Amino acid sequence: MSKDAPERVVDDPNVAMQDSPEFAQLRSKFRKFVFPLTALFLAWYFLYVLLSVFAKDFMGTRVIGNVTWGLILGLLQFVSTFTITMVYARWADRVFDPEAEALARKMGGQQ
Amino acid sequence: MSALLTSAPSLVPSLAPAATTVGNPAINIGIFALFVVVTLAIVIRASRNNRSAAEYYAGGRAFTGRQNGIAIAGDYLSAASFLGIAGAIAINGYDGFLYSIGFLVAWLVALLLVAELLRNVGKYTMADVLSFRLRQRPVRIAAAISTLVVSFFYLLAQMAGAGGLVALLLGIEGALGQRLVIVVVGIIMIFYVIYGGMKGTTWVQIIKAVLLIIGAAIMTVWVLGKFGLNLSSLLGEATTASQDAGGKDLLQPGLQYKNPVDFISLSMALVLGTAGLPHVLMRFYTVPTSREARRSVVWAIWLIGIFYLFTLVLGFGAADLVGAKEIKNAPGGVNSAAPLLAFELGGEILLGIISAVAFATILAVVAGLTITASASLSHDIYNTVVKGGKATPEEEVKVARIAALVLGAIAIVGGIFALGQNIAFLVALAFAIAASANLPTILYSLFWKRFNTRGALWSIYGGLVSAITLIVFSPVVSGKAIDKVTGKSPSMLQGVDFHWFPLDNPGIISIPLGFVLGYIGTVTSKEYNAAKYAEMEVRSLTGHGAETATHH
Repeated sequence: MSKDAPERVVDDPNVAMQDSPEFAQLRSKFRKFVFPLTALFLAWYFLYVLLSVFAKDFMGTRVIGNVTWGLILGLLQFVSTFTITMVYARWADRVFDPEAEALARKMGGQQ
Repeated sequence: MSALLTSAPSLVPSLAPAATTVGNPAINIGIFALFVVVTLAIVIRASRNNRSAAEYYAGGRAFTGRQNGIAIAGDYLSAASFLGIAGAIAINGYDGFLYSIGFLVAWLVALLLVAELLRNVGKYTMADVLSFRLRQRPVRIAAAISTLVVSFFYLLAQMAGAGGLVALLLGIEGALGQRLVIVVVGIIMIFYVIYGGMKGTTWVQIIKAVLLIIGAAIMTVWVLGKFGLNLSSLLGEATTASQDAGGKDLLQPGLQYKNPVDFISLSMALVLGTAGLPHVLMRFYTVPTSREARRSVVWAIWLIGIFYLFTLVLGFGAADLVGAKEIKNAPGGVNSAAPLLAFELGGEILLGIISAVAFATILAVVAGLTITASASLSHDIYNTVVKGGKATPEEEVKVARIAALVLGAIAIVGGIFALGQNIAFLVALAFAIAASANLPTILYSLFWKRFNTRGALWSIYGGLVSAITLIVFSPVVSGKAIDKVTGKSPSMLQGVDFHWFPLDNPGIISIPLGFVLGYIGTVTSKEYNAAKYAEMEVRSLTGHGAETATHH
């Protein structure tokens, strides 16, 4: 990569950071955590929506007293949302933040 | 009609003629006035130094994650959640419950993909992030337009709720008195925003959120207490009451949405809309770091989730204790389910408290929307477009205050216009627009290296125009069959029919369209700013260079 290649900004500390292996690792760590989790909760949510639409008899079936499958699965959406929230927050606090802050310190300078 | 009413079993006595007041207007107004006085005092105390732009737009970025989380819940648990969802569950049972699930799960998109990165990249508005590595002027204008449109729809929903409440609580069916009340509410809101800025508005949200959640908790326990703390018997009684009155089994899916595709469309809009709502995004700038932004969302998710569990009980409680017919016939219609339930449970006093809380809710949410829209007008349009980025912070804040005044006036007029609409529904439309016009650009901008200006413009304008066009030609605006109970068409316009789009919610078409247009626009343009992209990505993930809290 020669210095006079026009579209490369070689002296930029941000570009240098972005190109560094540590940053690539941070990015990939972040994406490997949040993307599958996002896919998971969206799939689970739309499964629930599709069941409500196309399996009305099943969702309207009373299971415990007057509590139907639809309500149970709906309440499980609450449970899964709370769980994912806590799992992510824990991971971000303990794993992601220290590494991100280390890179920010490395960039140093402003603030 | 009156024969129907008098034969209904669980009647609120004072409700018989439609225009009669429920409860004691003096108590309702008194409790609300107390809230206004207390919050005004706090706003004045909290907002002594609102000179700088960071103070005015972002509360000095000095709120803690917990405070901001409560304020987010205050912003999000709008009249639509409290009045609209409780009403939707009371009338349509299970289908109403689906609203709340979509609204809640949506927060995971904000938590995992948007909140922290956006906090690190942006300064005051959504457009800060969208235009960061793209051509400033066109992208800012597009993002500002989209911000204004989404906020306007949301605002309309809140003001419609205010109108319905006024009608119910003050017995003011006459247009003049009702408008007067909306004007008063609007003026108080404008004062909060202009004087209090983001700091004052945030404190109003916090107080209101605490009151709302406590109020709903009390009612929930009360309702459950009436049914021996047994959810199953509450559901059973509610269903029986509904069927006795000629309705359907509330536990069956499909009461509100006969068309499966419509249901899917709504669900998409709900789950993808939150992370594109400008007034929600702007709240992330009020905390000092991305870690606090994360903490805000965690708090918000817990509070919002617990509140929606309350509305489930309140909705079914209203279905049984008040009854669907009575709710529909009350002034304010579906939106009056929660206040009527409060009256049924605790008489005038509880009704007064709950109504004051609901009023406070509307006031606070409208204030949040107004500050968002005024910030966008000033920071994105006036500063960047008119002044070429050279406006001083003082000028910007001054323009923002003028904008808040104008927007407040528009909110008042809009509120008068939107009376009687189901508000959960209007909010769902705002979500559809946010998910179609904003979310694709936010996600592409944060995660897709190649993304560029043309992609952003196609996505924002494409999503915006398609969502609005489909709404205009949907059954929401015209052409729904007349409801036998109320004798009116549930459509916005009566007596005309120009709809050709079959669905109530445009999400299933306009959201994918927003994403696809963003993709096509991007790959057909060669623009790419490597330096800005590096700055944005490094900043978004590490927080290097992010805006910090102001110190006194």
